[in-house]
Amino acid sequence: MTPLLIAQIALTLFVFVMLLNSAAVMVYVERKVAALLQQRLGPYLVGPKGMLQPLADVIKLMFKEELRPRAADPILFALAPIISATAAFAAFAVVPFGAETTFFGLLREPLKLQVADVNVAVLVIFAVTSMGVYGIVLAGWSSNSKYSLLGGLRSSAQMISYELSYGLALAGVLLIGNSLSLTDLVNGQSGVWLGFIPRWFVFLQPIGFLIFMTAGIAETNRAPFDFPEAEQELVAGYHTEYSSMSFAMFFLAEYINMVTVSAVAADLFLGGWHGPFLPVSLGWVWFLIKVGALLFFYVWMRWTLPRYRYDQLMAFGWKVLLPVSVINLLVTAAGVLYFGYVP
Amino acid sequence: MNETAFYLFGAIAIGASLLVIAQRNPIYSVLLLIASFGALSGLYVLLDAPFVAVIQIIVYAGAIMVLFLFVVMLLNAPHEDTEYDERVHPLLRQGPMRIGAVLALALGAELWWALAKGAESGAFPGAAVTSVNVIGRSLFTDYAFPFEVTSVLILVAMVGAVVLARRDGPRDRRDRGEA
Repeated sequence: MTPLLIAQIALTLFVFVMLLNSAAVMVYVERKVAALLQQRLGPYLVGPKGMLQPLADVIKLMFKEELRPRAADPILFALAPIISATAAFAAFAVVPFGAETTFFGLLREPLKLQVADVNVAVLVIFAVTSMGVYGIVLAGWSSNSKYSLLGGLRSSAQMISYELSYGLALAGVLLIGNSLSLTDLVNGQSGVWLGFIPRWFVFLQPIGFLIFMTAGIAETNRAPFDFPEAEQELVAGYHTEYSSMSFAMFFLAEYINMVTVSAVAADLFLGGWHGPFLPVSLGWVWFLIKVGALLFFYVWMRWTLPRYRYDQLMAFGWKVLLPVSVINLLVTAAGVLYFGYVP
Repeated sequence: MNETAFYLFGAIAIGASLLVIAQRNPIYSVLLLIASFGALSGLYVLLDAPFVAVIQIIVYAGAIMVLFLFVVMLLNAPHEDTEYDERVHPLLRQGPMRIGAVLALALGAELWWALAKGAESGAFPGAAVTSVNVIGRSLFTDYAFPFEVTSVLILVAMVGAVVLARRDGPRDRRDRGEA
């Protein structure tokens, strides 16, 4: 075992634990921000300022009874939450979150702050995300309940519809950055224009960024696009029949997916770990700040906008978002052809 | 390491494919087909073609199979209809079984031809096509014509699907209250 390999394994474990942690932190942030926006206090009893509330929630979930409807398909019912959670964790594997570092000379060779550096990283994220749909669809079908089935069907229709715009918004960035590797794309955004504007792709792809964030909200089934679990219509949608830890897995997957989408957006559009004032070795601080800001945006959206109607969602996806992203891609391609690649 | 992975993925691909047709429950068939596609994608990675591997997952395991699952779930067919006589051996049954047998024979012959003669014909360049740039360049230069023909074919299929799905007879118009 070389020191580099040990460091790589440690890093992988670290990312796994941090993703779990981020879900807990996001639950707390979500409840606090919701309280703030609704002029309530939010959780304040468990721990200082209620900060241990997520822990209490997890313990509560663990001690609940694991229920399964008698008419449910036992294998798929158990498999569905596992697929959801696995896909959520796996997608983060190719996301870089900092520049290469030797940990202040601790390692002889520099270590990439990324679980796996794949040269088609963007496509891998896309592939793993599309696998996550199965968790929701199967949960809906295997529960053998009308609310669950409708939630699962809605979710698959929604995710298929918005995946197109999501992919086309990414394609614009890939064209400008001339690479499919996230590390290369982030490194293409170092430096500044005119001395003060950071060379982030968001300034070249403002429409692409908006499309990406909108489609990202739909992909992660968050409000205002949370149709798979619209409580007024479907009780709780695809996870109506789930309880205890299998429900917690869906919950976890939703928050980790949010973190992944925000991390990818930070890497592709906001320059990843590049930013002023900090040395390159502390770039991950910038990355955390950007991801945190995007996650706050997510929570803010959820508690500000009411849910759309389902037909509005479909019409918006196919008749507005898709044409706009196609035009955005065409204009970007023409620009790249005329001006050349950016880096 | 690579050899173990090859046999593992190969076994999963073959086992899952066989189970696809051995299943009575169509949902399980669809899921096993996805598992088979996943194993194939692993084989592509071993062949040093990560792009093809990822595309396999996105297009087949992701997009197409979700639609399959969607349709199967909407039809809500828990078990396959068995219209034929259960007591007769599958190979001796009438109707669709014969077409299936002919298709299986044709596929076998094609496979044999591809394995025996395909490599000699030199249809595929020997160099590893790993980078996306190389794939894109050869797709839009050397293989531009087949590529365009394929896209026209898909367009025809799409138009066909729309025509078939569109019900615009007098009865439908009456249902909408126009006539």
